Amino acid sequence: MILTAKSVEDVKSILNDKLISENVQTVLVIDGAGNILAHVGQDTEGLDAISLAALTAANFGATSQIAKLIGENDFSLLYHKGEKANIHFARLGAEMILVSIFGDDVSLGLVRVRVDELAADINKIFEG
Amino acid sequence: MALIDLGKKEVHCKIVYYGAGRCGKTTNLLYVYNAMSDNDRGKMLTIDTKGDRTLFFDLLPLNLGKISGFDIRIQLYTVPGQVMYEATRKLVLKGVDGLVFVADPLKVRQERNIESLEDLRRNVADHGLDLKDMPLVLQYNKRDLCDTPVPTLSVEELEQDLNQVYKAPGFEAIATKGPGVFETLKEISKRTVNYVANKHLFNK
Repeated sequence: MILTAKSVEDVKSILNDKLISENVQTVLVIDGAGNILAHVGQDTEGLDAISLAALTAANFGATSQIAKLIGENDFSLLYHKGEKANIHFARLGAEMILVSIFGDDVSLGLVRVRVDELAADINKIFEG
Repeated sequence: MALIDLGKKEVHCKIVYYGAGRCGKTTNLLYVYNAMSDNDRGKMLTIDTKGDRTLFFDLLPLNLGKISGFDIRIQLYTVPGQVMYEATRKLVLKGVDGLVFVADPLKVRQERNIESLEDLRRNVADHGLDLKDMPLVLQYNKRDLCDTPVPTLSVEELEQDLNQVYKAPGFEAIATKGPGVFETLKEISKRTVNYVANKHLFNK
């Protein structure tokens, strides 16, 4: 996949506008191989984003096998709740995954709605 | 699938170390990790079992300097070698750009090596790739065992078993001590970057 400076900036602008502005801490867009396509938010310095991206891609791969065991082709979103931080993963098209990390001050419902709203736009920018 | 970021002038490639269980894939990554400076390496991620066998994968991100103004960033992965983890190996191969096949010289592992290479061919084919067209380097590991009474295979025998079809460059190595580790990495990195540049930038 080839990224241009403009496509990355456009996607970052959408993520800032829709998610970071609602207090979501960090958002990443990654591909199925575990590459980071875009990364925004307050934890961009402290977070080991490379490991997070690799594990997310692998986790999605593993859970898609679970999906097949129950007659589904794939799961389109995954959510893990922690004590202070929560993480939401959503598929964007066939090849990308959007990862949102947020605290208890942000509702899961809001994240889901916002992710649904921006999915098509990001897909269009990165996949054309 | 390599990633080329024209804005940041970075090329990201994925190289997977493949081979039968206990052949030394993780040992290769650990040697590289310990030998490189903090500036050139990221955190090494390992998901293993209590018996030190890789359960899911290992990941080591590296910076390999600049080529034509682009920063080359490589992610080295290993797969779990045990036969039963085939589904996991297939997952880790998603988006692979280059491959190192680590061969075990123990005579008792001769069949395992051959089966593992066939498993690799099948799994990359499932991702729509042909192993014959991909950057591939063979590493003949544990050469120090050849000086012990343990029955081992010669490099010629390993070549005969594994490299008749692919004619890939092969390196003798002792991953626990270092010889051959960087030679393998250098060759696969060079081939992978060439492959990625030709495929994605020049559309050859």
